Amino acid sequence: MTEHRRLLRADQAFPPLLAAIHDPPTALWLRGAAEAETLARPAAAVVGARACSPYGALVGRMLGRELAAAGLVVVSGLARGVDGEAHRGALEAGGTTVAVLGCGIDRNYPAAHRRLAQEIAETGLVVSEYEPGVEPAPWRFPARNRIVAGLTSAVVIVEARERSGALITADFALEEGREVFAVPGEITSALSDGTNALIGLGAAPLTKPADLLEALGVEPPVARPPALTDSAARVLSVVRRSSIGLDEVVRATGMDAGAVAAAVSELELAGLVSDAAGIFRAVGS
Amino acid sequence: MLARALTHALVGLDARRVEVEAHLQHGVPAFAIVGLADRACQEAKERVRSGIASAELDWPKGRRITVNLAPAGLRKEGSGFDLPIALAILAASLQVPADALAEHAVVGELALDGRLRPVHGVLAVAEGARDLGLERLLCPADSAPEAALAGVTPIPVRHLAEAVAYLRGEREPEDVPRRNGHPPTQAPDLADVRGQERGRRALELAAAGGHNLLLAGPPGTGKTMLARRLPGILPPLTQTEALEVTRIHSVAGQLEPGRPLVTRPPFRAPHHTASTAAIVGGGTTPRPGEASLAHNGVLLLDELPEFARPALEALRQPIEDGAVSVARVGGRLLFPARFQLLGTMNLCPCGARGGQGSECSCSPQRLARFRDKLSRALLDRFDLVVMMPRSRATELSAGPSEASEPIRGRVGEARTRLSGGPAAVSSEARVLLDRAVERLPLSGRGRARVARLSQTISALAGAEQVGGEHVAEALSYRAPRELTTA
Repeated sequence: MTEHRRLLRADQAFPPLLAAIHDPPTALWLRGAAEAETLARPAAAVVGARACSPYGALVGRMLGRELAAAGLVVVSGLARGVDGEAHRGALEAGGTTVAVLGCGIDRNYPAAHRRLAQEIAETGLVVSEYEPGVEPAPWRFPARNRIVAGLTSAVVIVEARERSGALITADFALEEGREVFAVPGEITSALSDGTNALIGLGAAPLTKPADLLEALGVEPPVARPPALTDSAARVLSVVRRSSIGLDEVVRATGMDAGAVAAAVSELELAGLVSDAAGIFRAVGS
Repeated sequence: MLARALTHALVGLDARRVEVEAHLQHGVPAFAIVGLADRACQEAKERVRSGIASAELDWPKGRRITVNLAPAGLRKEGSGFDLPIALAILAASLQVPADALAEHAVVGELALDGRLRPVHGVLAVAEGARDLGLERLLCPADSAPEAALAGVTPIPVRHLAEAVAYLRGEREPEDVPRRNGHPPTQAPDLADVRGQERGRRALELAAAGGHNLLLAGPPGTGKTMLARRLPGILPPLTQTEALEVTRIHSVAGQLEPGRPLVTRPPFRAPHHTASTAAIVGGGTTPRPGEASLAHNGVLLLDELPEFARPALEALRQPIEDGAVSVARVGGRLLFPARFQLLGTMNLCPCGARGGQGSECSCSPQRLARFRDKLSRALLDRFDLVVMMPRSRATELSAGPSEASEPIRGRVGEARTRLSGGPAAVSSEARVLLDRAVERLPLSGRGRARVARLSQTISALAGAEQVGGEHVAEALSYRAPRELTTA
C-alpha cells in the first residue's frame, strides 16, 4: 500500500471550496502522486449508478475524458459503474482525477477497482476523511458524497435510479450552491428516473461536455478533425444518425463486414465512435 | 495343458500387450480368471462357457480351468477379452492349433449364442498388434474396417465357430469391405442465417485461422445458431488428423457404425451441467473427455458462464498445450485435445443487457460474480470476441445469405496460404498496432492476439502482406469493456 498523508483543515493547502461547505471534514487523508494543491484546482464531479447501463458507462467515460482534456480535475467516488468509468476516461485523456473513498484511506473499495485506484494514485489523488483501517459501511457513503460535491464547482449525474446515492451528491451540491447537471436518459428506463426527475426539478440537462465547460467558464479544447479514410467517413456518417449495430452499418453502407470492422476500429482509435455491448455511437464533437 | 492368446488392454488411448494364459488341470471342475480383471471381464466366464457350447465345441470336462491375464499388475477392463479367453481355452484343450493362434492378435466380445460383438478401441488394439509385429488381428466383422486403418490384416469373424474353423485352416478369411469416403456434411448450412454479417465474418475468420471465438449478446440473437454452423465451413481432416480423431472416438465408443474413419472435424457441444471429468477427461480408469473428443475439431460451450468454474479452468491446459494430461497412480496419461473453442454467452445473468430498449435487472454483485466466471485468463484465450446486439425487427428482412459451400472453399485457400508461414507485416500495420496498444486497453497477450488474427485476415483477403486495414479489422474483435471490467 502506498504511503498516505494527512491534510488538516487549518493547513494552507486545504481546498477552499471544501472548507466552505456546511460541515467540512476536520482533516483529509491523501494518497497519490499529485500535490494537495490539486484539490483546489477547478474540478467537476461525474457520478452515477453502480449498475449502470452500457449507455451510462459510455457517457461516464466520455465525460471523464472530455472534462479532463479541458483541464478540469475529474472527481468521483471510485464505485463500480459510472464512477469508475469517469475515472478511467480522465486517465485515458491523460488528465488528473481524484477518487473520494467512503472507507479508510488504506483501503481500496470496491476490491475490483484496486488496479484503478493505483492508476489514479500514480498521477492524481485518492482521498478520504477516514483514517487508515476504517471499514467501508453503508452510512459512510452519503458522507463521502458530501466531499465529492464539496470539492467541485459542478456535479454531473449520469444515471441514477429514483433513490440513488448519486442523488444525495446532487442534494449536497444544491445545498452548497454548486452547479448540478443531469444527463437525460430514456424515459422507459428506471436508470433514468433519478436524472430525469432532477431535470424536472430544475437541474440543467447536460447534452454535451461543452454545457458544463461553459457554465464554469472553461474554454473547450480546440478539436482538430482527424484525417479519416473514405470508408471510415462513410461509416461515421451512418453512426452519427443514430446508435447502431455493426450489421446495420453493413446494410446501410453496402460495405462488407470486414471493411466496416476496420473502419470502426479507426474511428474508435480517433475517439469519434464508442462501442457499448455491440451498439456503436458517435461521441465527441 | 497350457495355451496362450495375445490381446491388448487399453490404457488411455494406448494399447498394452496382454497375454491370455489358459491352464487346464485335473481336479474339481472350476473356472477362475485372475490378473486384475474388472467386473465386465470377470463376467466373461459365463459368456465364454455359453459361447463354446453354442459353437458346438467341447467345454473341458472334469478340469480345473485357470485363466491368467498377464501382466497381472495391469488393470483390465471390458468385454474385449472374451474371444481371446475362449480361444486360449480351446487351444489348451487341443481343439484349435496353438501355433496358429500364436500368430494372431485377438479381440472381441462373445454373445451367449457364440456370435461376436464389436468392442471399443479396436483401432488402438490393431496399432498395438502392428507394433508387436503381428500382422493379423482376429476381430468381430463389424470392427474389421476400423482395424484395417492401422495397416494390419484384419480377420473378420462373425461367430466363434468361424474363428475356430479359420484357425484350423478349414476356412479362408473374408475380405474386409472397404467402407469409406467423405460422408456428406451434416452440419446445418449458413444460408439459413439471415443478416448477422459481422457474426458470419467472424465465423469465417475463426474457421480459416483456427481461432477461438466467443459470441456474446442477449438471448435470441442467433449466437447458438451461428456457432452450430462452424463445422460446415471447415475443410475435411487430413489422413493423419483423421486417424488421430478416429483413435479417440474409437476408444470412447463414439464411432458411427459403418463409418470406420472420422473424416470431418468433430463437433462437440457438452451441456453446461457436465462435470470437469466429462469435459477434460479422467475418472478412475481415465477416459477421453469432450475436449479430446473435439480434437482436431470444435468444442462448443453454449452459455459459457453457466459451466462450473473448475471445468472452465481445467480447459486452460488443453487450450494451451493441445493435450490433457491425467495423472493416476499407475502413471501419467496424455489425451490429445487440440480443439477450436467456441463459446456463447449472455452479457448478464438476466440476459437483458445489450438489447436496445430492454433493461437489465441484475444487481452489481450478481453481475460481478457472472463476469468473474469468465476469468481474464480464459477470456484471453479467445482471439475473436463478437458482440451480437439484438437486431431491430426490420433487420430480419435482410436478403438471402451466402451458403456454407463457397465459404468452405475460401477457408481452405486461406489455410493453404497460412501454412506457408506468416506473411510480412507492412510498416503501416506496425504503426497502427503500436498506436492501438497506447490508446486501447490492450495487454501484451492482446497484442499478440491481434497480430495473429491480422495474419488470418490478410490470408483470407489473399493479400501479399499484412496491411493497416487488416490490423484495424483485427482490433475490432478484441474483448470489449463490458466483459473485462466489473
